[in-house]
Amino acid sequence: MGCVESMNYEILMRDRSFKECREYIRQNFKEYIDVQPGFRIFDIHLIGIPPIAIGLDRDFIVFPYTKPCHGTFLLRVEDTAEAARLRAVRK
Amino acid sequence: MSDEPPPSIKSALLVLGCPQVPVQTSIALYLINKLKKSAIVPVVAGNKAANTLLVVADPDRHYLGEVMDLDRAVAQITGKKREFDRCFVFIHNDAGISYAATMGAISSAKIFALVYGEHYEALVKQIDFPCTIIAAKAVHNPLPLKKALDEVTPWAA
Repeated sequence: MGCVESMNYEILMRDRSFKECREYIRQNFKEYIDVQPGFRIFDIHLIGIPPIAIGLDRDFIVFPYTKPCHGTFLLRVEDTAEAARLRAVRK
Repeated sequence: MSDEPPPSIKSALLVLGCPQVPVQTSIALYLINKLKKSAIVPVVAGNKAANTLLVVADPDRHYLGEVMDLDRAVAQITGKKREFDRCFVFIHNDAGISYAATMGAISSAKIFALVYGEHYEALVKQIDFPCTIIAAKAVHNPLPLKKALDEVTPWAA
C-alpha cells in the first residue's frame, strides 16, 4: 500500500464498491467533507468517483483507499494535524 | 528534465487494471502498437504486476515505451506535471471504474474506458461520467475486445 503501510490504520470496510464506501461515510459520520479525485490526504492522491467523501470523527479520518487488485478499502487513521487541515479545507 | 514529449507530439496513457484477467496484457500490447503506428506516444501506468507482465513479454521494447507506477502517474497528472491527449483505462472491476472516473476528473485527456471481463455489462452500467466506452465480454480470448477497439479506432485523429 505504499506509504499507507507505514500508517497506523484500521480497516473499517473491505471488498466493497467505492459507492458503498461513500454511502457508509455519509450515513455514519455527522462530519464529512466531499473532495474531488486526486485530492491529497497524507501522501495519497485519492482515487474514486466524484465526489469522494472523507469522514471526520474527532482526530480520526476515514477515507476510501483504492487499489487495482484489491478494490476499495475504508481506512481510519488518527492524525490531529491532518484532521485540522481537512476541517480548514471545508471552510 | 521531464520525459514529457514536446506538445506537438500526441501522447496516450494506458491505465492498467489488476492483471488477473488475461486479455489485459494482450490488448495493451495491441493498442500500443496501433498508437505508435499513428505517431501517438504510448505511456503505460500500472501496478508492479501489471507492468511486469508487459515488460517481460517485450524485453527488447519493440512495443513498450515508458512504463510508470500508477500512483506516480496519478500524482504527476494531479500536480499538472504531466498531461496526455488520450487516456485508456482498463476496467474489469469496481476499482477500474474508480480509476477511470479519477482520470476524467484530474486530466484533460480524452478518456476511453476499455471494459471487459465476465461482468462487463454491469460495469458499463456504472459508468456515468464522460468517456468513450469500448466494451466486450473478453476474459481469456482478446478477440472480442480487439474487435470492439477496431470498430472505434481510438488511435485515429
